[in-house]
Amino acid sequence: MRPIVLIKKRDTPRKVYKPILKDSNSWPVVQMSKKRDEFVKLVLEESYENLVDQPRGRTLREELEMTTYREKMRIKDNPWKVDPKDDYDFWNNIQVKLVESETLEKEDAIKVQNGLLKEITARYADEIAGKFKPSSFRFVRNIVTMGFARLLNTARVRGPWSLLSNQLDLDDKIDITGHPNELRKLARQGTIVMVPTHFSNLDSVLIGWVIQFLGLPPFIYGAGLNLWNLKIFAYFMNSVGAYKLDRRKKNPIYLETLKTYSTIALREGCHSLFFPGGTRSRSGKIEKALKLGLLGTAIEAQRQIYQSETTEEGKKLFIVPVTINYHFVLEAPSMVNDYLKLKGQERYYVENDEFTTSFKISKFLMKFFTRGSGISVTIGKGMDVLGNYVDENGSSIDKQGQIIDPRDYFKTDGIITEDKQREQQYNRILGKKLVKEFHKNNRVFSSHLLAFTAFRMIGKKHEKLDLYSLLRLSDEDSIISYQDLYDHVKIVYNQLEVLKESGEVGFASHLTEDIDVIIQHGLKNLGMYHAQPPLAKLKSKDIKIENMNLLYFYHNRLVGYGLEKLFK
Amino acid sequence: MIGVVGAGSFGTAIANLIAEKSEVLLYVRDPEKAQSIIKNRVSSNQKLSDKITVTIDIEEIATKCNVLFPIVPSANFRKLMTQLAPFLKPYHMLIHGTKGLDINSSIEITKENPLSRNHVRTMSEVILEETCVVRVGCLAGPNLASEIDKKYPAATVVASAFEEVIDTGQKLLKNDRFLVYGSSDLIGIELCGVLKNIIAIGAGAISGKGLGENAKALLISRGMVEMIHIGRVLGGNINAFLGLAGVGDLVATCTSNLSRNYTVGYRLAQGENLKEISESMEEVAEGVNTINIVKALADTYKIRVPITESLYKILRGDMTVDESHQYFMKFPFSPEIDFI
Repeated sequence: MRPIVLIKKRDTPRKVYKPILKDSNSWPVVQMSKKRDEFVKLVLEESYENLVDQPRGRTLREELEMTTYREKMRIKDNPWKVDPKDDYDFWNNIQVKLVESETLEKEDAIKVQNGLLKEITARYADEIAGKFKPSSFRFVRNIVTMGFARLLNTARVRGPWSLLSNQLDLDDKIDITGHPNELRKLARQGTIVMVPTHFSNLDSVLIGWVIQFLGLPPFIYGAGLNLWNLKIFAYFMNSVGAYKLDRRKKNPIYLETLKTYSTIALREGCHSLFFPGGTRSRSGKIEKALKLGLLGTAIEAQRQIYQSETTEEGKKLFIVPVTINYHFVLEAPSMVNDYLKLKGQERYYVENDEFTTSFKISKFLMKFFTRGSGISVTIGKGMDVLGNYVDENGSSIDKQGQIIDPRDYFKTDGIITEDKQREQQYNRILGKKLVKEFHKNNRVFSSHLLAFTAFRMIGKKHEKLDLYSLLRLSDEDSIISYQDLYDHVKIVYNQLEVLKESGEVGFASHLTEDIDVIIQHGLKNLGMYHAQPPLAKLKSKDIKIENMNLLYFYHNRLVGYGLEKLFK
Repeated sequence: MIGVVGAGSFGTAIANLIAEKSEVLLYVRDPEKAQSIIKNRVSSNQKLSDKITVTIDIEEIATKCNVLFPIVPSANFRKLMTQLAPFLKPYHMLIHGTKGLDINSSIEITKENPLSRNHVRTMSEVILEETCVVRVGCLAGPNLASEIDKKYPAATVVASAFEEVIDTGQKLLKNDRFLVYGSSDLIGIELCGVLKNIIAIGAGAISGKGLGENAKALLISRGMVEMIHIGRVLGGNINAFLGLAGVGDLVATCTSNLSRNYTVGYRLAQGENLKEISESMEEVAEGVNTINIVKALADTYKIRVPITESLYKILRGDMTVDESHQYFMKFPFSPEIDFI
């Protein structure tokens, strides 16, 4: 079957952005990779110092014991292909030395333990930094400038769908809106921290493409180590400056090293990318409570820059929220299952397991790029590390429209000071602001509007049922009359328009005023490539819900705007 | 130099406390009042410390002081913040001592969208809304100004999400007869100070009628429960209410005739009406406005607030104090404590 593509090729050619830095040698990420050894050493030194300085309610010995124990458990219970061969030996060796140290005099024991801490930190720092090869950078740059589309074209040729004609270019499928020019300007003046919403494994690839499309130098980002398991991803990520982030390792030594890595990179001017949700949004909702770990490194790096400057020449960090919207998230079936299992515990049981098995991401990519599905990327307004908007010169603007100096946030009695607790609060302020921006920059897709309305209609019809019973409704209960749907879509649409007027949400360019068209478009695009799309149209024109879980997933995209009250 | 904004009785008392250790700049809005304070060195019946300088220049207080204590009636608070905002910088620290609520008038109140938490702001929220200052805190506790002036022993709570704000508050206020506790629950502590004023009016009414100490103790303990129920709706947690700023302040304001809110209740019970009382009082009794706001909130959230509700009726003249105590004796309070 040929995929239905509703987004037509552009009549007018898309704007082409020139690279803002022509000479790739001036890219901070190139500089950093050239001096990889120095960089890793710096990470080691700073994280070691932080670890020794900060009391964490445990002795160093206990800390080391715990870390070693957890690491050995990880190796045993959850080994991955990317893990180094000597993993077990390394930790075993640490354990042996740790036990031996206990027979020594106290002073000597501490010396040995400090040495072990250094050894572990060094290993982590080296692992996180990945293996950039300066020599291959030219090649890599070529790939980046050639663009992803080309890379993926190669993949296409081998793919089973490569015979399909009428393939669209990536440019035509992706709609970039918001403030791309502002982003380019800010990237020249300071260091960008891009913070996108996270719904799909595709996001990092997509953002990578957006970055090169906008002519920005490569960003570094922490990508889950699990992605390195796949060759195609590993190849790609090693080239664009990804560093490794291992979610299995949750010990304080690892986390400190990771944070230090990110802080130093930002301090040195490497544009960075954080997925603040930490992981893909399993429920399909826009992140509400952000995981703030790495985001905090932006605040810390900014303070360190200000602390070390002699005159006020220190580079500024700019936080740029990015909202990504898809009609279709391939991982949706397994993700929403995960989410429901997690939330519902024993109340939820999986009736049909076919989608919970993992599938190859590469296959997913192929599927995605060879078939059409609209994507919109909204580049948000730039902000400082406290979440104040910045103007085009990068100056922070407060609520009254006055220019403020972010240095003042870090000052006590006129001097810039380090205060971890204060910065934690700032992190929280920034997190809240980002969530707000995500909602504002979100763009309503026909498919999301349709899914939201249909799910809420069913919810209203079965008011007494909780979410889990609702998801298991029988077939005859899941038919919605077209007229009814039309009326409700209209109500939701009108309310969304009010929200749009006040700037609380955006509309996708395909969202017309004609409700019939919205419904048609939504039906065609809503989760279009799932084995079982959430909604189907019956001969009678009425709508049947085929997959309640998926409907719930896509419906979640419009949760958080108070639209639920329209169904009371 | 430390700034105190507002020279009411509490503001003056705090200015004098701080002046024991630091130079203080005291902002007085009314030039005439400022003149008289400068001339007599007396503010709100309290003698002013030599280390206090009086100013009517709002810019001066913001530029000379890094730490400010705004202590003005809640009705003037937002306006003051908008006046102060152009001169405030993110390095400023604001620790307020105002025990009232504010309604953000930019959000419409309609039948479909009745008064809710979305409209109501605590003073710290007003600061965050109107200025670029983030390091915000509040002062609350049993702190009757005239007793502080007499240098009687007392204690207060400084609440803020920022440890450095708490530390600064402690450093500035603490001395050998004034203890300063810290709390990270800013909203909870603010609500304690705000909500206790309702109960204080009730306690005054009981005294004004001469109903005795048993009745007053009944009101105070039930009042405490009511405060907690309202506090929860507004986003405070129980712990704050059980501390110095909660039960501590409640007991002090409900048993002392030095409290303004208590006086309002007392005079109501004596047969005066609200208009007469307000006109003859020098300073605002915050409790009156708080009762109106909380009554509307309770309607929206459908929570039972019998004390607030009867006081609301009494203030409007729809119920007499006598009728209210009959109403209370018949009120079906079932479980005594249901919030822990």
